[in-house]
Amino acid sequence: MNDFVIARCQMGMSMFFHIVFAAVGIALPLMMCLSEWLWHKTGHKEYEELAKRWAKGTAILFAVGAVSGTVLSFELGLLWPGFMRFSGEIIGPAFALEGIAFFTEAIFLGIYLYGWDKVPRKAHLFSGVMVAFSGAMSALFVCLANGWMNTPAGFRLENGKPVDIDPVKALLNQAGVPEAIHMLIAAYAATAFAVAGIHALLLLKNKKNLFHRRALALALCLGGAMAMIQPISGDVMAQLTARVQPVKLAAMEAHYETAAGAPIDIAGIIKIPKVLSLLAFHDHNAVVKGLNDFPKEDWPNVPLIHICFQIMVGCGILMMAVSLWASIHFFKTKELQDSDIFLKAVALVSPLGFIAIETGWMVTEVGRQPWIVQNILRTSTSVTPMPGLAYTFVLFTLLYIFLALIVVFLVFRQIAKSPLIVESDVVADKQS
Amino acid sequence: MLPISNPELVCLAGIISLTLYAVMGGADYGGGFWDLMATGPRKASQRQTIEKAIGPIWEANHVWLILMVVLLFSCFPPAFYAISIALHIPITILLFGIVFRGSAFTFRTYDSHKDQVQERWGRVFAISSTVTPIMLGVIVGAISSGNILTEGSFHKVYISPWIQPFPVATGVFALCLFAYLAAVYLTADTKDPQLQNDFRLRAFVSSCASGVMALVVFLLAKDGAPVLFKDLKLLSPVYICTALTAFTTLFLLAKRQFRIARFCAALQVALVLWGWAFAQYPYLVRPSYTIANSAANAITINLVILALIAGAILLVPASSYLYKIFKLKQY
Repeated sequence: MNDFVIARCQMGMSMFFHIVFAAVGIALPLMMCLSEWLWHKTGHKEYEELAKRWAKGTAILFAVGAVSGTVLSFELGLLWPGFMRFSGEIIGPAFALEGIAFFTEAIFLGIYLYGWDKVPRKAHLFSGVMVAFSGAMSALFVCLANGWMNTPAGFRLENGKPVDIDPVKALLNQAGVPEAIHMLIAAYAATAFAVAGIHALLLLKNKKNLFHRRALALALCLGGAMAMIQPISGDVMAQLTARVQPVKLAAMEAHYETAAGAPIDIAGIIKIPKVLSLLAFHDHNAVVKGLNDFPKEDWPNVPLIHICFQIMVGCGILMMAVSLWASIHFFKTKELQDSDIFLKAVALVSPLGFIAIETGWMVTEVGRQPWIVQNILRTSTSVTPMPGLAYTFVLFTLLYIFLALIVVFLVFRQIAKSPLIVESDVVADKQS
Repeated sequence: MLPISNPELVCLAGIISLTLYAVMGGADYGGGFWDLMATGPRKASQRQTIEKAIGPIWEANHVWLILMVVLLFSCFPPAFYAISIALHIPITILLFGIVFRGSAFTFRTYDSHKDQVQERWGRVFAISSTVTPIMLGVIVGAISSGNILTEGSFHKVYISPWIQPFPVATGVFALCLFAYLAAVYLTADTKDPQLQNDFRLRAFVSSCASGVMALVVFLLAKDGAPVLFKDLKLLSPVYICTALTAFTTLFLLAKRQFRIARFCAALQVALVLWGWAFAQYPYLVRPSYTIANSAANAITINLVILALIAGAILLVPASSYLYKIFKLKQY
């Protein structure tokens, strides 16, 4: 492997880990606020306990997400100095705004975590809401910057250099906002399903445990709702990609020959006529450009993108199926579905949200290759001249694996253990 | 009109965030250093005091570093480019330090409270808290030295800008200053007079070490950063002020006026940084990158300034609330 390939691997690996930390760091605060709010509303002790545990999870993930995010912001320069020299002044303001959001999050998280008995209840919940809100804003700004790499805007090229720079236009590029919405929904769905899976497993042991029942219900509500609306956002993204990054779309669908009324390929087995045209342009006879319309040196790794895309969609469909199952049962019986088979199904789909996030980012990033900025700047010309990147790659990989193992261990330690209070009603009865 | 250009304004914001990072975040690193050096009969309570002092605030303090990086790459992309290439190795070590420091501190809080587990994380936290300030100082020394190149042999580009007496001494100087800040702050973070004495002693020692290192760095600059040295020689008023604040701090510590002493110590470190910034001006990265020749376009700079103002309006009240709850209530 040459240093260029290693630099890409190191960047991909850093993103692979950071996106998990970041997604949980965005979604868990929302869950902790919902739980604290329910506690204020209903007075059920389990919700307080849940909020406190999810707050601890947030603390761990925020700290690790903060340091892995710091690593990424330096790595942009360490690995791709040419890219940063070109685009720093165009998308830099997005990162300045992200910095503000991050700062807000850090401050309010400090108040939330250490202020349970130091600030008034409402101020405490407000701090939690600010943590969740600023986490979402961070995601928005980072996705705006990434969207710019997919649909660059807000400058003109002159002798290979950007001129007439308008950072606001750059921020409001076509792909940014849809990407941010897609990512936020994904973060909420993936985290909520992962949490639901943990509690489903624990409920399998003891179905009467009220703590785990409430936790599962809350997580399923959030995760289910998000899983159900994600296809709408996905549809917007697909149509946009078809228009502005036709090569990427063709690679996602392994669509080699330009055709009107193009069929869709599912898992390489079935081809359904006209569906690709319908999905990409909402017109079953539309012409979908195939890879043959583009020079081969502009193609990304087609099989990889195609497989990743299909995995992402498949994961989403399975999560939707489980959500439907739960909601149908709820509307029929007004009860939480707790049959063994359902709980096992929840446990099985619980990692799928994160698999979808990883494969989705593979599609976004690898699908844009060989460009680092679509049609403007090649990834290969942006890489650092520093030799021997294999060493830093190995070191960073070990570091991230170490971090991930510890985080998983600690989060399970905090979230998974059964609480001391099992039946709040029983305890309340005894007290009265 | 201001007598200062907009890019210079951004640099001023950069210096302010560097100052805040040093006087607040720096003390967190210094706390880690004293965790490593905890000795005597009150070893455990020293560590406890340190942990309590850092707990709620280190992440908010850490943001100043990110702000500096963002300001650099959005407003002075060529300077960021040069630093990213030439200082690849020390920045990588710095990143490892940052990651281990932050994660070990968090893991220690949330992992099992058995002594053995706690000690293991504590060790990682303490060692990385010591390495990181040294690398920060090395980076500051290297960009002042006039040896930053982006093309040439491996040794010339990636090694010789930072493995030199001057940057390394700057690194040790940074560690001394941070340890000193932490020791002074910690005297006010506890009510136990014996612990106060422990930290006061540490403040005395690290104050002397900082003084010695300041002199060493100054002398090494003559060969290690000759162009910077010419400006450093003009700074005797700053040195006098710094020395005055240093002695005032020591006097206040001796009189057990810990609360005022911490402000005085912070001022002392700020003066050191401003002295450096004054000497480094108008360069960002010596020898090739000045504020003027690496500034981004005017619109980006203006937008970033606007974002800074908006951020300040939002964040100053929020962070003073955080400090009010956790830092000032203790007295």
